Amino acid sequence: MNTSSNAVPESTLDSQVIAPAAMSATRPMYWSVRREVWENRSIYVAPLAVAGVILFGFLIRVITLPHRMPAVWALDPAHQRHAIAMPYDFAAGLLMLTQLLVGVFYCLDALYGERRDRSILFWKSLPVSDLTTVLSKASIPLVVLPLLTWAITVVAQLIMLLLSTAVLKGSGLSVAALWTQLSLFQMSLMLLYHLVTVHSLWHAPIYGWLLLVSGWARRAAFLWAVLPPLAIVVVEKIAFNSSHFAAMLGYRFAGGAEAVPFPGRMPIDPGTPLSLGHFLSSPGLWAGLVFTAAFLAAAVRLRRYQGPI
Amino acid sequence: MTVIEARGLRKAFGATIALDGVNLRVEEGRILGLIGPNGAGKTTALNAILGLTPYQGQLRVLGRDPWTERDQLMRDVCFIADVAVLPRWIRVSQALDYVAGVHPRFDRAKAEGFLAKTTIRHTSKVRELSKGMVAQLNLALVMAIDAKLLVLDEPTLGLDILYRKQFYDSLLNDYFDRSRTIVVTTHQVEEVQNVLTDLMFIHRGRIVFACSMEEFESRYLEVMVHPEQVAAARALKPIYERRVFGRSILLFDHVDRQQLAALGDVRTPNIADVFVAVMGNQAGQAQGTAQGTPQGAAR
Repeated sequence: MNTSSNAVPESTLDSQVIAPAAMSATRPMYWSVRREVWENRSIYVAPLAVAGVILFGFLIRVITLPHRMPAVWALDPAHQRHAIAMPYDFAAGLLMLTQLLVGVFYCLDALYGERRDRSILFWKSLPVSDLTTVLSKASIPLVVLPLLTWAITVVAQLIMLLLSTAVLKGSGLSVAALWTQLSLFQMSLMLLYHLVTVHSLWHAPIYGWLLLVSGWARRAAFLWAVLPPLAIVVVEKIAFNSSHFAAMLGYRFAGGAEAVPFPGRMPIDPGTPLSLGHFLSSPGLWAGLVFTAAFLAAAVRLRRYQGPI
Repeated sequence: MTVIEARGLRKAFGATIALDGVNLRVEEGRILGLIGPNGAGKTTALNAILGLTPYQGQLRVLGRDPWTERDQLMRDVCFIADVAVLPRWIRVSQALDYVAGVHPRFDRAKAEGFLAKTTIRHTSKVRELSKGMVAQLNLALVMAIDAKLLVLDEPTLGLDILYRKQFYDSLLNDYFDRSRTIVVTTHQVEEVQNVLTDLMFIHRGRIVFACSMEEFESRYLEVMVHPEQVAAARALKPIYERRVFGRSILLFDHVDRQQLAALGDVRTPNIADVFVAVMGNQAGQAQGTAQGTPQGAAR
């Protein structure tokens, strides 16, 4: 039933009934995502701080770069690339680890914290549906964090490259090897591909599960997230002496081998062959997304029922 | 226009029955006070009206089912649960931005106007504000929303007397007009007595008493009886008697004012006194009913 059925025939009321339609459906979503970033400043503070630490370390290392470059020039091209790109790959890896940690702790608190501090009553007093709220919270680890990590990594790597260039130029050395071995543009594309395929799509059920637990647990959300899967692993091992569930978890965490067919290689190295088709046709991806959808649907339903704790 | 209509509203938490067949009807333009002791079901009733809890029975708020259409309903309904629910991390400016972002009926300029009358700064976080300032902020946000129904659950809990008075003054002077409806629960009954248009007592999940304030004032009279008249006054069957400073104060229901004036000083009683009287007379039977009812499923 809509509001118009109650409207007494007054012009002021008629205009009120029309007003909500003027508000775009995406606006509550947009503001809900912004709200999450306001509340959880670690979403951008943590990766920025890590990037700052990396740059500080690199600043010290870059001083000795002119002494180390001749040794690097002596290497064959493959090893040369490895030697030059190592700190850049390390920076990207560290920022991805940061993203993972921030995402995990964010999700565990997302639907739990608002019940603990009773602010859920305030949020529920506004015309924002539970679906919008849960989707806005899910978008943090699935969309916002990967894109932010990508942007911060690319900028950090660019600063590192410019620093190296400045130091080498200052010592009157050639920067040719540096610029030919490090193609930042390609590296950034590879990184984006890796972040979207593995850290967002492949890991989605992990975040979905964490959100579900945070919407359900009345205390100790972390334990509720970790102990039930562990219990299944233990029971399976003792009862059937098998470890299919553990293998499945490991497959999910190690994840996304389908996206890059050479395991063991740094997935963000340029020249690593991509296999998007293989990734998109892997049952593991779709099974994971189905689980994600189920977890999020359950979280939406839970939020409707849950009040302050 | 009927704003809230409930028929046979029931809600049980396990073995505890919070709402035991509540029937109520609130018309547009009324200010209803829902009065009851702790655990009487006030908050549960409000939560059902606001779509925060599932229930059994029929309930329509502005023609909608609150449980399935909460987000739609919240365009026309505002509520202030006690003030502690504003998130402590949020800045005043962010709260304004957010509500303006998600609420189609929020008038930001109006909210800023209310805030300008206070000492609240836009850059402050809620955790830095005093409890009274948080209440002012919450009220400023809510009053700037052009809603049809405002629900207040213990809105002044824990505030000092100055803020409590201000709260109801702003509500009446700057917010209330005859097209809006307000439902309020509170323990500070004396503060809302002059604000309300309607009154309901809820006890053990049932509405045990309901009347308009006009009816209340014509029906109930309190007499501070002259000592020599006490016996005569008691003969008129007061519903409640108490003693203050050695004088007997008797509460009468449906007794002629002229008749009472001869016995002592007549005045309109406090809601609280009528509440105690009505509850005293009804508690026993309501208790029997609540415990004798078979308990339904929680959901």
